[in-house]
Amino acid sequence: MKIRQKIEESVFKVLMIASTYFILLVLAIIMYSIFKKGVKAISWEILTTVPKGGYYYGKSGGILNAILGSLSLAFGSSILAFIIGLPVALYMNVFLVRQKKLVRLIRFILDLVWGIPSIVYGAFGFSMMIFFGIQTSLLAGMITVTLFILPIMIRSMDEILRTVPIGLMEASYSLGSNKSETAFKIFTRQTVSGIITAILLSFGRAIGDAASVLFTAGYTDHLPNSIMEPVATLPLSIFFQLSSPVPAVQDRAYASALVLTLIILFVSLFSRGVGRRYHKTKINF
Amino acid sequence: MYILNRQQRHRVNYSWMIFSALLVALLPFFLFLGLYLKSFMLLHDYRLSDLLFSSVWKPGSGKFGFYPFIVGSIWVTLIAMLISGPICLLTAIYVTQYTKKRFLRIMHPAIDILAGIPSVVYGLWGILVIVPFISDYLGPFFGVKTTGYSILAAAMVLAIMIIPFILNILIEILRSIPDALKEASFSLGATQWQTVKSVLLKKALPGIIAAFGFGLARAFGETMAVLMVVGNVVKLPKSMFDPGYTLPSLIANNYGEMLSIPQYDSALMFAALILLAVSLFFNLLMHFFIERYNKF
Repeated sequence: MKIRQKIEESVFKVLMIASTYFILLVLAIIMYSIFKKGVKAISWEILTTVPKGGYYYGKSGGILNAILGSLSLAFGSSILAFIIGLPVALYMNVFLVRQKKLVRLIRFILDLVWGIPSIVYGAFGFSMMIFFGIQTSLLAGMITVTLFILPIMIRSMDEILRTVPIGLMEASYSLGSNKSETAFKIFTRQTVSGIITAILLSFGRAIGDAASVLFTAGYTDHLPNSIMEPVATLPLSIFFQLSSPVPAVQDRAYASALVLTLIILFVSLFSRGVGRRYHKTKINF
Repeated sequence: MYILNRQQRHRVNYSWMIFSALLVALLPFFLFLGLYLKSFMLLHDYRLSDLLFSSVWKPGSGKFGFYPFIVGSIWVTLIAMLISGPICLLTAIYVTQYTKKRFLRIMHPAIDILAGIPSVVYGLWGILVIVPFISDYLGPFFGVKTTGYSILAAAMVLAIMIIPFILNILIEILRSIPDALKEASFSLGATQWQTVKSVLLKKALPGIIAAFGFGLARAFGETMAVLMVVGNVVKLPKSMFDPGYTLPSLIANNYGEMLSIPQYDSALMFAALILLAVSLFFNLLMHFFIERYNKF
């Protein structure tokens, strides 16, 4: 009996260690294959030019349209989501601080919305576009992506705002400030780093998602001149170029994947750094 | 320039807050309503059971059977869960119970990076690594001829993709179990593994089920990575090595043709509606599990 238990314990321990290192190994393999293929394919020309004639048969050109398109789409939708999201998060934590049930309901709805697949947002955005008579454009893509990242943005801000002690709110009221002043001047300052992290998290989501922009932002070889024109995005450029039979075009897909991965790694590293920097404005209790 | 006084500013802020909060709270209803109105035409012309359980998909001649796509989605999702569920659970137990806090500090960035990699990049990786692996090694090993673009390839890529998602929830849940419980078990002479098995896992069971449920819902709706490796053949799959087709890839692959046939457009929106309904249903169900778990 004793021996059986010992064997069981050590078997499971080996399995546990194996699966932990399996995950780390898989991450290493993914990074290795993306970097190996990408570094070989990337060049200055690819990064700084837009597709030229015969691009999709392997002639010269680059992915600048996709890089700039993705960045502007992600910036635009992060800003939009911030403008809508921050007030909601503040509303939940300052105005509704005594209505626990209502706050729980809102959190519940946000979690539900968070779980909805991005392709559903894409399809919804597409049907709205037809309803309002808008073509595929940067604006349509931005609105769709905004809806998609909104729950992520609000919930992560909410998690930070929750940690603000009630004493700070009471102190602010006792000095004569009203609720919205307390929210926008005190609470935001106390949680700057968390709010920036929330924005960066949503930015990373926005730039990496393909399914929601597939119908709505369209794809183009040019740099858009206005917000009403279609725009190319990095995930879609990977997707389209990879399905080409020409090896030179596939190489550009690897280059695009490397660029996208680097952007996301940079954003996630940056958001880790931010947490340490903005401690100055924070009041410690 | 006219500057608003404090009260007016408060009122502006307040109304913007209410507006935003209402917008967000009503978002799921808008989504549901929009997709339902769009797919109403299809639901009006066909019986729901015919749509869901017929396997003839010929949009040109007005035959819309979603069965192959639903089956494809279920296969891919379940196999992905079978692969990633045990790995996540074992890893979560290991990093929360057996290692020092320092190890979590290595593990957390790794999980974050895995979670951050976009699904297209996972798809690309699947084409580079998983597909050749299946066609060159796994297929011949089981004596099956396959191109590699298969249900199994999609499931394997998907399994990796949902690891960070499930693992994060599991670690959170296992860490929330009070130390006193474990100490009580140790003081009765139980070993570490016995404590894990009969105290920790029993206590965390609703939470673990919820974590798997959330992962399942996430996997069911995943689009791009699956689309790139699943093969996209409208046919009922007979084995894991057969190519298949999933609901999200159905929508993503056909968006260009949507407008030509109104019924087709309606059918794709119905597919989106199914995805939405499945996602909402699973998330609702799992929230009740979490609620129960929190009560203990």
